[in-house]
Amino acid sequence: MPQRGDHSPPLAPEGLVRRVWRSVFPHPVLPRSERERRRTILEFFVLHLRPVRVLRSTLRYTHTFGLGGSSLTLVALMVGTGALLMLAYEPTPDRAYLSVVALERDTLFGGLVRNIHHWCANILVVVVLAHLLRVLFTGGFHGPRQFNWVIGCGLLGLVLAANFTGYLLPWDQLAYWAVTICTGMLGYVPWIGGWLQAVARGGPEIGASTLVLFYAFHTTLLPVLLGLVMGLHFWRVRKAGGVVDPRPSGEPPESEPQHVSTLPELLLRELAAALALVAVVCVLAALVDAPLGAAANPGMSPNPSKAPWYFVGFQELQLHFHPLFAVVVIPVAAVLALLAVPYLRYEPEMSGPWFLSARGRRSAALAAAAGAAATAVLVVVDGLLLQSRAGTPGLIGRGLLPAAGFLVAVTGFRRLLAARLGAVKAEIVQATFVLCFAVWAMLTVVGVFFRGPGMALAWPWG
Amino acid sequence: MSESIQESSRRSFLGRLWLVLGGVALAEAVWIVVAFFQPRRRSGARDAETIYVAGPVERFEPGTVTPFPDGRFYLTRLADGGFLALNRECTHLGCTVPWVAAEGRFVCPCHASSFDMRGEVLGPPAPRPLDHFPVRIENRIVKVVLGSPIRRRVVADSQVTRA
Repeated sequence: MPQRGDHSPPLAPEGLVRRVWRSVFPHPVLPRSERERRRTILEFFVLHLRPVRVLRSTLRYTHTFGLGGSSLTLVALMVGTGALLMLAYEPTPDRAYLSVVALERDTLFGGLVRNIHHWCANILVVVVLAHLLRVLFTGGFHGPRQFNWVIGCGLLGLVLAANFTGYLLPWDQLAYWAVTICTGMLGYVPWIGGWLQAVARGGPEIGASTLVLFYAFHTTLLPVLLGLVMGLHFWRVRKAGGVVDPRPSGEPPESEPQHVSTLPELLLRELAAALALVAVVCVLAALVDAPLGAAANPGMSPNPSKAPWYFVGFQELQLHFHPLFAVVVIPVAAVLALLAVPYLRYEPEMSGPWFLSARGRRSAALAAAAGAAATAVLVVVDGLLLQSRAGTPGLIGRGLLPAAGFLVAVTGFRRLLAARLGAVKAEIVQATFVLCFAVWAMLTVVGVFFRGPGMALAWPWG
Repeated sequence: MSESIQESSRRSFLGRLWLVLGGVALAEAVWIVVAFFQPRRRSGARDAETIYVAGPVERFEPGTVTPFPDGRFYLTRLADGGFLALNRECTHLGCTVPWVAAEGRFVCPCHASSFDMRGEVLGPPAPRPLDHFPVRIENRIVKVVLGSPIRRRVVADSQVTRA
């Protein structure tokens, strides 16, 4: 209990420096006792988003792999490097590319800062996706965490948006045509497609207004929004009492849960993980340069032109499905399914160990193998059939039928899991999610590595 | 008693009024934001219709396709002597389609859509023929009316201009 005596003025008059210091930090900066440590967590603005005490069992690195904290670290690095890049960058079609070239050539460490920004952005997408999977695999979306799953999905959307808007800014061939293709997809949304596309481009075609629009979103609107929603996300984790307990939820725990103080037990571990990540990013940025193609040329599309890698899966869908399905039906269904995960009825709710149980692990592995293999086979079969086919894709043959086939296959797979492995709802939902994720991942791999000139299937080594 | 009823109904009326006014203010703010997101017209020269002078009829051999990079279109002269001005943007996702003279067709580098010299779709995934611009021939000079490209579901002879 805090005592009244804490704040009573000392007997001897204080010097100015000491009084100012105490007005900024009314509490000890380096806490020494357990009580002081808890106060530090509560009183400092940034720290108060964290729980005061956490379960000792959640501290193990392999329980979370520090993916949430890694995301925060990467975002912080990007804010820092992004602020530096803003000083050098000129957001007009005439100057954008030249200003990036000049930055890399003339500014001390200009290229390194750009590399760090670039690699952070790409690693962030991977880490955020891994974080999503970790939460899914440990069942961290039940009870008080339900809505935080939705917030997390919103953060994923913001990260992708921030990444995509940044992709255009160098104004090289890569950027120009990737954005042309991605905004071109919007044109297939029924009724409002044309308008939507014009809004995304800030005009009828990609030009100065597109660049200003993307620049404003990338440097101001999205980072501010991202920061606010991240705060909400962390605060909700605190309200749920830290991350999910890794011990199985159903069984009675062998001993009473053991709590430890967040400071230093959790924060020191997080600091170590963050520093390791910063080191990895810096080494990567020093060794591998961020790509910069030739200056954008609206008259010549490179062959092949691809979307940024995290959207290549959608681009791959374009090659197999009617545009209405590839652009609207499938993505909307995927997003709705993603948001629905915490709101399904689970009997029982399972959480804690990775993949929920041994059975859950087997089902998930089976789902990943089946999804990836089936997708690879279907892509090749469809690619070879396409070669001999002419005419525009039909809504039934290239939309309804394959979609129905997919649903039937998934339903069959779920039945199989229940009948053969005796999987329960939580494990079946997990396996279904893994199946869909594997399909998407395989589409991405095919699009990134196995599509050559004219988007024909090709080996990556030529 | 009646006073307190009056009091409470006045209160609820004022409360509702606040709600309505707040709603109006919110709607105005949304309206302003939406207005700022409306696509702007290009400040360039193609805002209004501009006439692009391609050249004398004789310059274009029948059965050839001539690119005009600065006008962003291709001028096709059909074997029968008719002219068609084709927008160079693929109707699938907007990549620029190059004319592959050796194969006698346009092939999109992005998703392999292909079109014949009239803009007709030869291979998917393009959903419709290449857009076109109106062509005029005055004093045996070919002129192309550049503005918004014209979308078409089918390639028809009525789109062709003959000298």
